[in-house]
Parts: sequence; structure tokens; C-alpha cells
Amino acid sequence: MMGWKIIKTIGSGLGLTVYTATASAAWEVNLTPGVTDVSRSVFDLHMTIFWICVAIALVVFGVMFWSIFHHRKSRGAKAHHFHENTMVEVIWTIIPIIILVAMAVPATATLVQMYDTSEAELDVQITGYQWKWRYDYLDHELNFFSNLSTPREQISNEADKQEHYLLEVDRHLVLPVETKIRFLLTSNDVIHSWWVPALAVKKDAIPGFINEAWTVINEPGIYRGQCAELCGKDHGFMPVVIEAVSKDDFNQWLADTRVAEQAEAAAAERVWTLDELMQQGEQVYLRACAACHLPNGAGVPGAFPALKGSAVALGDVAAHIDIVLNGKSGTAMQAFRDQLSATELAAVITYERNAWGNSLGEAVSPAQIARLLTPSTGEAEQ
Amino acid sequence: MSTLDTTLHADAHEHHGPAKGMGRWLFTTNHKDIGSMYLWFSLLMFFVGGCMALMIRAELFQPGLQLIEPGFFNQMTTMHGLIMVFGAVMPAFVGLANWMVPMMIGAPDMALPRMNNWSFWILPFAFAMLISTLFMEGGAPNFGWTFYAPLSTTYAPPSVTYFIFAIHMMGISSIMGAINIIATILNMRAPGMTMMKLPLFCWTWLITALLLIAVMPVLAGVVTMMLMDIHFGTSFFDAGGGGDPVLFQHVFWFFGHPEVYIMILPAFGIISQIIPTFARKRLFGYASMVYATASIAVLSFLVWAHHMFTVGIPLAGELFFMYATMLIAVPTGVKVFNWVATMFRGSMTFETPMLFALAFVVLFTIGGFSGLMLAIAPVDFQYHDTYFVVAHFHYVLVPGAIFSIMAGVYYWLPKWTGHMLDERMGKLHFWLSFIGVNITFFPMHFIGLAGMPRRIPDYALQFADFNMVASIGAFLFGLSQLIFLWNVIACVRGGRKAEARAWEGAEGLEWEIPSPAPYHTFATPPQLPESLR
Repeated sequence: MMGWKIIKTIGSGLGLTVYTATASAAWEVNLTPGVTDVSRSVFDLHMTIFWICVAIALVVFGVMFWSIFHHRKSRGAKAHHFHENTMVEVIWTIIPIIILVAMAVPATATLVQMYDTSEAELDVQITGYQWKWRYDYLDHELNFFSNLSTPREQISNEADKQEHYLLEVDRHLVLPVETKIRFLLTSNDVIHSWWVPALAVKKDAIPGFINEAWTVINEPGIYRGQCAELCGKDHGFMPVVIEAVSKDDFNQWLADTRVAEQAEAAAAERVWTLDELMQQGEQVYLRACAACHLPNGAGVPGAFPALKGSAVALGDVAAHIDIVLNGKSGTAMQAFRDQLSATELAAVITYERNAWGNSLGEAVSPAQIARLLTPSTGEAEQ
Repeated sequence: MSTLDTTLHADAHEHHGPAKGMGRWLFTTNHKDIGSMYLWFSLLMFFVGGCMALMIRAELFQPGLQLIEPGFFNQMTTMHGLIMVFGAVMPAFVGLANWMVPMMIGAPDMALPRMNNWSFWILPFAFAMLISTLFMEGGAPNFGWTFYAPLSTTYAPPSVTYFIFAIHMMGISSIMGAINIIATILNMRAPGMTMMKLPLFCWTWLITALLLIAVMPVLAGVVTMMLMDIHFGTSFFDAGGGGDPVLFQHVFWFFGHPEVYIMILPAFGIISQIIPTFARKRLFGYASMVYATASIAVLSFLVWAHHMFTVGIPLAGELFFMYATMLIAVPTGVKVFNWVATMFRGSMTFETPMLFALAFVVLFTIGGFSGLMLAIAPVDFQYHDTYFVVAHFHYVLVPGAIFSIMAGVYYWLPKWTGHMLDERMGKLHFWLSFIGVNITFFPMHFIGLAGMPRRIPDYALQFADFNMVASIGAFLFGLSQLIFLWNVIACVRGGRKAEARAWEGAEGLEWEIPSPAPYHTFATPPQLPESLR
């Protein structure tokens, strides 16, 4: 049985090779030149330095292999006795310094350009979470989370992997082209690093601090990247997807998104049945909670607590709501009040109290959650 | 009178042979015994860390999660790094120093033999504790060998405390080892062996030992700060309490960058011993080799933030660290040029140690080139934390540090065991390792440039082909190390008798004494051989 499984694994691996070899991106060996002026200068710098290294390598290894070939004992070579030459040694100290200065000049110019975050036309705050990104359009009072959208079945090899496997998200970061965009990066928990190769932007998102980066995208298109700094268990599963569109399309998208948000808020006001909540709750749970607490609610002993049969999920509902909305400080449990809508929160809490053998039979209503979410009336009273 | 003298002498010899049984190894103060223990320990750790690497490469053989969970994958990358750095490479160099430094400088033993015993025997306990975390609830450390806060503090598994204590113990061991080497080299050289006649292996180790004493306390400091944050309510690295997570990285890399030179300077020393032997020609530019080593050591304290180009340090800082890092290419280049000039117009033969040394020069230089590329800050934004970095540091550590250790072991084995190595098996090991290492690590340059981040258990489809190639190479490289084990054991057990000067072109005090080297050497200070006078 085991042997057959291994053969199947290897077989599908080879099959995959054939599949990807036909795709254009297979056997990619170099950096992308990208779609911004900065990314092009970075690419040019990269190639310049690469060729300088190749040239030096040819000379050094050339002399070395020439000696290996000609100055070998089996060819009757007799060892000479020289073992120092100040002139030669000074020359091969000076020449590298000159080459390095020649490299440093364009590198400095590009770096200075990359650090000039002034005069941005659009500010986007990017916050890293374990393991998703939150995008906040500061000038437009719009923010949302962007989660990996690759189905679990593909990751666990129960379904065929699609073209953008692990590089696809539920909500793209939509950005206008030909606009100077400033990114303000921070984190909610550990250090993440936001990276989009096509923009040559990689900047760490550090909890408690704000980093800056900027870009001007020249061409519309979809650009994909990933978190680059180890940030825990699902570090490999928090991609970045940018959708660069024309300025008009961007404004249209802003308007459409607002309308959709209002509809979502209105949905919280109607009455939801337990079944409806359970159904949506399962989807939300798999997207937002299952990474740590696992799809079956069993958790990971010593790292992430179980929800199945847990004191929180079966105990006082107010305490359960509190921990989901506000998180638990000092642990990986995040505050979900800004991540999910009132309906989603109600659904997922209902789900946790009624799934995997937890059966309280009571529903948490979206309206109840919506009241808790309305801008800090509760806190103002205190 | 003369009869009395001889009886006393014979008596003394009887008392100073190796003790019998376990006691010999537990209580030994003999530099050769301790050197052997260091080397066997590091070989064991090399295989343990290697198995972890193979588990990583097996999971990465194709996209999707097949064999191990992401959480366990992170434990594997973390433990692989820690074990290879602190358990395999560093103890191997200390083992070589223990064996060779006293014999090269004509000393009877290390300067502080009891401390020598202690500094070795700490290690098995430190690593037993580190490895035991794999079986603890919550699992082993999973935050990478660089253990960046707050992933390693607020968000760490409970086993992090054991990890911190293990690091403290390894640090104590390293510091004691370093003190011993410095004391030995400075105080116990044979008459007439001035500093500028010191064999280069001793010079590079002296400088390495100074680096160790300078930075191991910094590592101890940073893990202690973590311990305080985790258990005693401080906030060194917690922004919520007024601390700064980036402070961790500054302190860590102030240790970490000299640390990478700690893992390569002794390698330079070994290669500088081997190439002249098999080129039958004195090392070119001895003095400039010494100065280059010293300047690399000094520069290593001024470049730490090149590991942190993306954390958002100010432009001026970014430029300073970029320029300083690029400067390191100059002394490193001098070394490579000197080795090539040593081969030039020599009379070369290509026994196994020389093959490893030549591969070292070529492949380490390739690692140096990618290092230079990484030094260019604006381009580093694209390389940072990708497989390009993984390719870079594996090129300087595997065909760099590890090849140099293997070269050194093959070179000095005849002196240790009294037997010549089976050249055919040595060459087989070399060629399989050479091919394996390149198939493993060269494609990593490509997947890194194409955009694959490091430390991920699963990847997008465009990285699939080269990952598969790298995994195949890794298994080839890993399995061919069994030949190394076989070679070493075979050479200990028997083989053609080695002469005092086991290699035709070998020069230095260690080749003036018989092979195998007697249990006690240089009870009286030796005369320097012609070549050193």
C-alpha cells in the first residue's frame, strides 16, 4: 500500500513537470524587470552586477584552470619558488576597489530614488496579520482583508492545482496606474514583509512601527507576490495580489465597493435562521479560523486551543463574543471585529457553538453583534 | 644514576598513555582525544541536521503538502539551521583546532586542558536539550534559526525556554574553546616561531577565536533579553510595552554577521594549508593573507545591518552598510587571488584533499559573487528572504565551510590514524558531493530570482521544476556523505601505512612527527624545520 502511494506521488510529480513545462513561467531563471521605473532600474543594476561577476569569474577561474591543466606534476611541471610580489598584490587590491566604486554609484542613485516617498497621490496602509493582509485606503475610508483563496483540497492534493495556486486571494488590492502611491506598512502581530516583485517593493511590516514605500505602476495588470518574512505556521499562505487599473476604473471600483458594503450592513438587520447562520458560519470559519483551530475544531495542543468541547465555545456567550471580537492579547488570537462583518461574526460564533458535537442550539444574531460594533457607544458610556 | 633515569622515564610513560574504557573519554585532558570527540560529535550532528534538510527537501519535492505539516516544516528549518551552525560546523572547526594547533606550533597540548574537556562535554547536553524540544507539547522552536522577535517571544511555543538555555550552554562552550585556542597560540609556540611564521590555519583560528569572544556574549545577551520578555515582564522587543522588535535584529546580527565569518575564516586557514602542499609551492602572499583575514574580521563588525535592508533603516544607514559590505569583497578577493597565484607555476597533484580544496575555491567564490550582489541594497529588496539568499549562504557554507572541513579531515587523517586513505573511495565521495551540491543549490538561485520566498512549505507552480531538481540533488548529496563516514572508519581501521610526511609537498611541524601522532607530542620544544626557519 505504502509503496503504491509513493509511486503515485512520484508519478503525479512527473506529470506535473510535463504540465508546468508547457506553461510559459516554467524554468524561469531570472528576476522580473517589473512594471515600474524603479523596478526597471533595479533589474538593470542586477544585470550589470551579474555580468561584472561573470567577467571576474572568467578571469580568475580561467587562470586557475589554466594552471590546473598546465602546471600539474603529471605533465612534468616543476614548482617555481616565487611567493610574493608587492606590485601584483597592490594591483589586485586596487582594481576591485575601482570596480566596487563603479557599482556603488548607480546603486546609490537607485536607492535614493526608492527612499523618496514625498508627494504621494494615494496612501494605502498595509497591515500584516497572521496570515492575511489588511488594506486601508486612508483617503477613501475603505478597508478590507485579503485572504488566500486557494481551496484546501488543492493544497492537500485532493484536487488539481490551478494556474495561480497559492498566489490568489479573495479580494485584490486595486490600485490606479500612473499614480504615485505611498504604502504605509505595519503589523498586528509578528513581523511580516510585503513583497511584489513586479514593483520591486519589499518592506517589512513591523508591529508598533510604520514603514514607508512607494510605487508608480506603469501598466495595468495583475501582479502577484508573497509574504517574505517568516511569520509563523502559514507564512507560505499569505499572498499579495495587486490589480492595477486605469484611474477611471479605480474610481468606479471605489464607488461599487461602497454600495456593496452598505448592502452587507443592511443584511445584518434582518432576521437570520440558525441554519442560514450555520451555513455561512462554516465558510467564514474555514477562511478565518481553521488555519489555527483546524477545520474540525480540534486545535493544535500546546499551540492553538481546541474549540470542540471547549469552555469558551460552550460557556457564556458574552465571553465567547468578546474573545472573537477583541482577541486575547499576548497570544495569536486576533481581534476579529474589524476583519469580519457583523453577519459573518454572528455566523461564525453560532457555528462554533453548534458544530463538531458542540450543540447549544442557540443562534447569535447579526443585529446583536452590529450593536456591539457601532463606534464605541459602549465605551463612551463607561 | 642513568638506570634510575630510565626507570623514571618508563614509569612516566606508563602513566601518561590513554586511560582504558569510558573514563578515557569522560576525563581526558588530551588535545587529540578531545579533538576526536569534537569531530565525531560534529559528524553526528551533521547527519542529524542533514536528515532534517532531507525532510525539508522531500516536502518541497513537489507543490502541495504531502509529508509534513507547515508547523513541523518550520521546526525542521529552524532545527536544521541551529544544528548545522552550532552543532556541525563550529564544533568541527574546534575539533580540527584541538588536533592541529598544538602540533602545528610545537606545543605539548592545549594551554588549558581541563577547560578543554569541559568545553566539549557541555555540547552533548546542550544539543540533547535542544533536540528534546521536538518531543515537547507545542513542538520545537519554529521561528527560524534567526529567531526574530516577536515570533520567538510572544508567539513562540513553550519550548523556547529550553532553546534559550541550550544557546547559553553552546555559547559558554564556544567562549571557553576560544579562550583556550588564543592562550595556546599566544603562549605555547615553539622557540623561533614568531607570529609571522605561524601556519595560516593557526592565524585564521586565532582571529576566529577573538571574534567568538567578542560576539558570543552578544548572542547570550539577546537570548537573555528574550527570556526576560517571555517570563519576567520586560518589553525589550514588544512595541506594546515601549520596546522595538527591530532592536532584536540589530543585536542578533551584531552577533550573527561575525558568526558567519567564524564559520568561514578557519576554512580559509585549512585551504591555505592544503593548496601549497599539493601545488608543491609556498603559499603566495602569506603576509597579505594574514592582513586580509584581520581586515575581514574588523569589517565583520560594521556590516550587520545588510541582513536588515528591508526593515526600514534610514537612507544614510542603508548606504553606510551597503558600502561597508561591498568593501569586504576586497580582502576576500585578495585571498582567492593568492590561492590561484599559489597554484600558478606550481607542480600540482589532485589527491582527495586537494580536490575538495579546489572545489572550495570555485564554489566559495560563486557564493562570494552572490554575496556581492546581495550587498547592493536596492537590488537586495528583490533578493531578500528569497531562495537566492538560501542559495548564497549554502554556497558559502556547504561547498565552503563543509568542503573545507572534509578537505581538512582527508588531509590530516593519515597523521591522526597512521593510515593513508583509500583514494578511490575519497574521489568517489568528492565527485558525488560536488555534483550533488551543485544540483541542490544552483537551481535555488533561479527559483529565488523567479520570486520564491524562503521558509515556505508549499509553493506556486512556476517554482515546481527547479524545486524537484534541488530535492534530487539534496538526496544525492546527503546519501554520498555515507561514503565519507565509510572512508573515515576504514581509514581508522586500516590502510596503507602513512609516513611522517604523509603528503609529498607537506611542510610544517605536524609533518615532522610520526604518523599516527603519538599520544603525547612535543614534550620538549622542537627545533623548527628548515621551511619555517
